[in-house]
Amino acid sequence: MARMMKIARRGFLFGSVALLGGVAFGWWRYATPYGNPLAAGLAEGQATLTPYVVIDAQGVTIIAPRAEMGQGIHTTLAALVAEEMDLDLSQVRVIHGPASSAYYNAAVLAEGVPFAPTDTGWMAQTLRAAMDVPAKFLGFQITGGSSSIPDGFEKMRLAGAAARAALVQAAAVRLGVAPEALRTEGGAVIAADGTRLAYTDLATDAAGIDLPEEPPLKPRSEWRLLGKTQMRVDMAAKVTGAAQFAVDLRLPGMRFATVRSNPRLGGPMMGYDDSAAKGMPGVERIIPLPDGVAVVATNTWAALQAAEAIVFDWGPAPYPADSAAIADVLRASFTEDRRDSRNRDEGDVDAVLTAADWQADYTVPYLAHATMEPMSSAALLKDGRLTVWSGNQLPTQIVTEAEALTGLPPEAITVETLLMGGGFGRRAEMDIIRQTITLAKAMEGTPVLVTWSREEDMTHDGYRPAAMARIRGKVEAGVITAFDMATCSSSVMESQVGRLGYSAPGPDGTIVQGSWEQPYRFAHHRVTGYRAPPMVPVGSWRSVGASQNAFFHETAIDELAHAAGIDPLEFRLAQIDHAPSRKVIEAVAEMSGWGNPVPNRARGLAFCMSFGVPVAEVIEVENTAQGLRMTHVWAACDLGIALDPGNIEAQLQGAIVYGLSAAIRGEITFADGMAQQTNFWDYEPLRLSQCPPITTRILENLPQIRGIGEPGTPPAAPALGNAIFALTGQRLRDLPFGRAVSFA
Amino acid sequence: MPVSFTVNGVPATLDLPPDMPLLWALRDGLNLTGTKYGCGVAACGACTVHVDGQAVRSCQTMLGDVAGAAVTTIEGLGSPAVLHAVQEAWMAGQVAQCGYCQSGQIMQAAALLSTVPNPSDAEIDAAMSGNLCRCGTYPRIRAAVHDAARRLQEV
Repeated sequence: MARMMKIARRGFLFGSVALLGGVAFGWWRYATPYGNPLAAGLAEGQATLTPYVVIDAQGVTIIAPRAEMGQGIHTTLAALVAEEMDLDLSQVRVIHGPASSAYYNAAVLAEGVPFAPTDTGWMAQTLRAAMDVPAKFLGFQITGGSSSIPDGFEKMRLAGAAARAALVQAAAVRLGVAPEALRTEGGAVIAADGTRLAYTDLATDAAGIDLPEEPPLKPRSEWRLLGKTQMRVDMAAKVTGAAQFAVDLRLPGMRFATVRSNPRLGGPMMGYDDSAAKGMPGVERIIPLPDGVAVVATNTWAALQAAEAIVFDWGPAPYPADSAAIADVLRASFTEDRRDSRNRDEGDVDAVLTAADWQADYTVPYLAHATMEPMSSAALLKDGRLTVWSGNQLPTQIVTEAEALTGLPPEAITVETLLMGGGFGRRAEMDIIRQTITLAKAMEGTPVLVTWSREEDMTHDGYRPAAMARIRGKVEAGVITAFDMATCSSSVMESQVGRLGYSAPGPDGTIVQGSWEQPYRFAHHRVTGYRAPPMVPVGSWRSVGASQNAFFHETAIDELAHAAGIDPLEFRLAQIDHAPSRKVIEAVAEMSGWGNPVPNRARGLAFCMSFGVPVAEVIEVENTAQGLRMTHVWAACDLGIALDPGNIEAQLQGAIVYGLSAAIRGEITFADGMAQQTNFWDYEPLRLSQCPPITTRILENLPQIRGIGEPGTPPAAPALGNAIFALTGQRLRDLPFGRAVSFA
Repeated sequence: MPVSFTVNGVPATLDLPPDMPLLWALRDGLNLTGTKYGCGVAACGACTVHVDGQAVRSCQTMLGDVAGAAVTTIEGLGSPAVLHAVQEAWMAGQVAQCGYCQSGQIMQAAALLSTVPNPSDAEIDAAMSGNLCRCGTYPRIRAAVHDAARRLQEV
């Protein structure tokens, strides 16, 4: 029975619902416009609970409503619940759960306000709090923006605490003792006399318990799991080949398909000749799509071979056809009418800086996400119901897309979220989802799995935008007195949100992300974002705008430090007025032995605060006969509260490798409207032999908890570039570095 | 003509084209989906399996070429109850992130350790650099290969 006694002052009330043979815990929110993902199994009036914990005779299941794409989020979200329930992680099952707006993400939007993360003033905090409202109305169940932990830190623990309170109360009733006389441990309520009542046995009783308005949370001093490294809940499956990604789905009668669509992205298909493909063994159907063709076969290989054999007449791209023309558009976009934001404008840079002062231009190229699992998804339309199996960062949008494509009501649409073979922002896109649903309609009654070839994946992305910056600066008496940064790219928000069918009004904070909000203090300080016209489709790529702006900003800071003749580390410490940021820099200084150079090697430093997380990285490079070799990376971050140090280390290391892959060789170029790189041999990520040891340290000086999926990426490229300058005297202002220097 | 071979110790006969890559024969013919498609051109190593004990890229090994051979995939290397030493080391070192490349990484590492029981960092680099990981698990892979070597020597 649901308990909705009164409206809690927080706007939500902890609740439970009885399920067949069990109970679900979560909370009921006042005036929520969203349906309940378990509504199908509930009676009238019980339809407003957002479940996070389900207990039945089989055990405890935790719903972790964020996409597990490798970042370990399922383990940490489950640990938040398990901590409060006094469970071990080995005792719980963790699932993605259904796609539901009830699992909206408020934290991701709170980062969209035009206030620096270090700004805790009244206006900044008020606007951040207000962002909770549009997040609810949008109802996006999104995984991104390094936001899952800030979003889930309180709500997952509260769900676990509510469940524990109900289980203890149920046990107290059954045993005829006061709840205070009971404790919980290992999935059971334990009485003073040693009597153990398993949660699974108490589940149905617990459904009838009145829950506290706000269950008390454990103080940090009592944490058993949080703050300590956990064994990942998905590790055993991932080392035995049992982990199921969308591409691994196998259903009775399933067909295997692949798609080729116009590599001039957004361009039309004028025609195609499939005569060679039609008769190939295993090929069953060739189905036209709006801008391409799907081949349906009895196995993936047959589909891939046949798709290769189709001859296409692709229409032109709706953007400049090659990289040189795209660069011209960027270069011409530093104009008043293309000005998108000027979030920082202190002093008067125009009055202070003259043409004689230092200035430099920087560029970065488009980048593909290149997840190890190429895009894949499956769908079945049967008996008026559609099921979509996918690894996606935006599952509620799949329901929206499916409604539009099939005309079915949302209650007839099920989204099954599977593990993701990498995400990095790529799986917030709907391209393959639309293709798969379209195929399911054409193949009604037959499940169909769509697998893109690596070539299709590499050439059909929402790329990290190509971007350009112009920076001017002046150093006097050892400090920067004037700093004027202009940064320009197409808008990720306009492009990505536009592809979902929405508009993104107002300035795009991602154009300037990782620049204006950096905690440096200069007397004259201006950062201007310029919005280049839409060109190649662009999207969120791990750390988004900070991926380019940290390179621009931190290379420029390094250049000015050298111009001033001051150690780049001391130079930064002297001009950063944010204590947690200074501490991460001091940490990498100590870790790397900064100031004690090794012969034939040199070190570079970079700092970036992104997603509210200050990260400093020092990279050491060595001259070898084969080229430059990275010998060590030291990184320090501050997350406020470090929930799982082992996983945080892994995320920091992984984010650095992702950034270094891009810094050394990452580049998507365009010719004739098409991406020229097609596979890992010409878009080659860092390999193990090139990966140096990466030593990390986690600090906890920030006033609030933050997420670590992305913030490790931005400092990697500038730290490497600054190290190369320190070693060779060659200042590299264009990525990737591999164009100018060779690496071992 | 059907192709017969053994997979993870079990005889298999597949009536699929002999020029089909072993990768797709395993995944779509036998539903052994632990072996992954990453690139199709032997540039990433996600599809690595053992053929008669040797690590091969199954995307470049034709089904017809394994007639009569013994193929081992990640599903046959160990079991959840009795893990292979490499899998144990991967668990202990918490190596996997997204996990998509890890079947190939583990098969490559197991093959390395079967011929080089105590590899140096340089030998690990040489053997493992054909296996890409976009999540950046390389530091933990290197540590786990050393750990697996120790575990194998203790047996």
